[in-house]
Amino acid sequence: MQTPIIEIKDLVVGFGETIVLDHLNLDVERGKILGVVGGSGCGKSVLMRTILGLIPKRAGTIHFLSEDKKQSTLENHGAIEQKFGVLFQRGALFSSLTVLQNIQFQMREHLDIKKKLMDEMAIAKLELVGLSPNDANKYPSELSGGMTKRVALARALALDPELLFLDEPTSGLDPISAGEFDALIRTLQKSLGLTVFMITHDLESLYEICDCIAVLAEGDVVAKGEIQEILKSDHPWVQSYFAGKRGGYVFNRLNETVE
Amino acid sequence: MSEAQFLSISKKDGETILHLSGEWISNYASTLENETNLCIDKIENIKSTTIAVNTSSLEKLDTYGAWLLERLKRDLTTKGFEVKLGDLSKDDQALFNLINATNKQKPKSAITQSLIRLIAQTKNLSITFGKDLLSFANMLGAITLSLFTIIKNPKSFRLTSSVHQLDKICWQAVPIILLITLLIGGIIAQQGFFHFGKLGAELYVVDMVGILVLREVGILLVAIMVAGRSGSAYTAELGSMKMREEIDALQTMGLNPIDVLILPRILMLIIALPILTFLGSMAALYGGGLVAWIYGGMTPEIFISRLKEAISLTHFQVGMIKAPFMGLVIGLVACTEGLKVKGSAESLGQQTTKSVVKAIFMVIVLDGLFAIFFASIGW
Repeated sequence: MQTPIIEIKDLVVGFGETIVLDHLNLDVERGKILGVVGGSGCGKSVLMRTILGLIPKRAGTIHFLSEDKKQSTLENHGAIEQKFGVLFQRGALFSSLTVLQNIQFQMREHLDIKKKLMDEMAIAKLELVGLSPNDANKYPSELSGGMTKRVALARALALDPELLFLDEPTSGLDPISAGEFDALIRTLQKSLGLTVFMITHDLESLYEICDCIAVLAEGDVVAKGEIQEILKSDHPWVQSYFAGKRGGYVFNRLNETVE
Repeated sequence: MSEAQFLSISKKDGETILHLSGEWISNYASTLENETNLCIDKIENIKSTTIAVNTSSLEKLDTYGAWLLERLKRDLTTKGFEVKLGDLSKDDQALFNLINATNKQKPKSAITQSLIRLIAQTKNLSITFGKDLLSFANMLGAITLSLFTIIKNPKSFRLTSSVHQLDKICWQAVPIILLITLLIGGIIAQQGFFHFGKLGAELYVVDMVGILVLREVGILLVAIMVAGRSGSAYTAELGSMKMREEIDALQTMGLNPIDVLILPRILMLIIALPILTFLGSMAALYGGGLVAWIYGGMTPEIFISRLKEAISLTHFQVGMIKAPFMGLVIGLVACTEGLKVKGSAESLGQQTTKSVVKAIFMVIVLDGLFAIFFASIGW
């Protein structure tokens, strides 16, 4: 068994009186796409933000492991942040920079390379996510929702991170674009050898591209595994999510392919 | 010359072989780029047509390495060599294929020549100036129309919103306006006593303070303060509403944003400015009197009786007549700029700055026009 890339133990996070994550344990396996699902407000985004160090934790440990099992935490990270790529829900592109400058931002900060190579790399990333080089000089306010997501993905991939965090990558996209986006993530994940931590509500994405699914409810992971294993879970939330009207559709499709 | 770490050249049976080795990843991108460039220079002197690339000792490849490899290949191909790339691992090949398809066309570049850019900027600036005047006229028309609909149907006037605006821009501005005008009145009087004293003309300081404050300083100071305080607030408010599509939402509900948001704001500004100007002028006169008493040794009784002789109702009227027009101009500029805000946070900041600068400019221009007008009618 391979070592997980992130190891979360007994994580507690809360705001004031409310405890959002209550002694949560989760391993994120290397080189796989992990889909995190759960009801609205169950703490999926909080979990991601805590891993990224944007929200302080009350107790527990989050370890990042390299392939040689060397442990590190965000507090003594070294170069960890360079290994992260994050796609925020609304893109979070810097509105005063052009698309090209947005993608180059981290290259400028962390790599010592010439402008020519930087331009070429940024254009390459832009084309990887399916945009045209002519979009390079646009500003974020001139982009449509789908383009914003693509540019944000290109920016997240700027430094070839090992670990990609996606917060609802397909929300707000039409089903065709969402499907393309899923395929794109899958291709990039395979060819770049990424580990992807993906928060999603999109049942199609869960079914199409996730290697592993973690279900968050009541502040903890109530089920984790491949989709078939999750479907067997008898947790009431999992049941209503996957066997409900919308989930049932995917469930039926899954059964068809199994047969 | 440093020893090549990632790329070495050898010859075998008249064929040139490039050996790739080590980790071709982003951390070493700078070194990799230098080595590939160096390699191209070296190969130019070699007289062979085919180059084989040996990838057997390549340890790791990411998008940076893949692109540099692809660039090397393209550069050599354009120089007339035939490049044969060795086998890559399955994942690396997939990555290489992805990168292979990129950078085939260059993005359209923006204008770079500085002189042309300067001319283009000047042209754009003059066009913008013309468009600005047009959009102010447009806004003036829109609020006049909106005013007529309200006169026809007074019930549709937004009383609550108006009172709220009046509280914000008039009542809450009173302390700061009083303080600033009081100080400026005092400063004018002090300067008067200091310089007129040399000529023995202390009595005329009162004339100067009275006329200057009532005709010009009171209204100008108040208008500039209001432009900075309330004008910027209007632009920012309307701008953020525009950004979050609130104004579009209003329109789809069948409401005219001019009636709901802009008319109450501009009307209240027209009402607030005379009130603030009156208060400001009084405070400035008070400040002048205070300084005359403490610094110039002139008793309040003398100051007041001299003031009665020096100023007439005309002076007071000149200041007060200007006030509502100043309010209108500030409101027009602030609201027009607010509605011009586009999607980004930067544009909001830009428009707010523009709004304040333009409003202050317009206020001063208007004041100059009024000065010419009053001089020609002999006031």
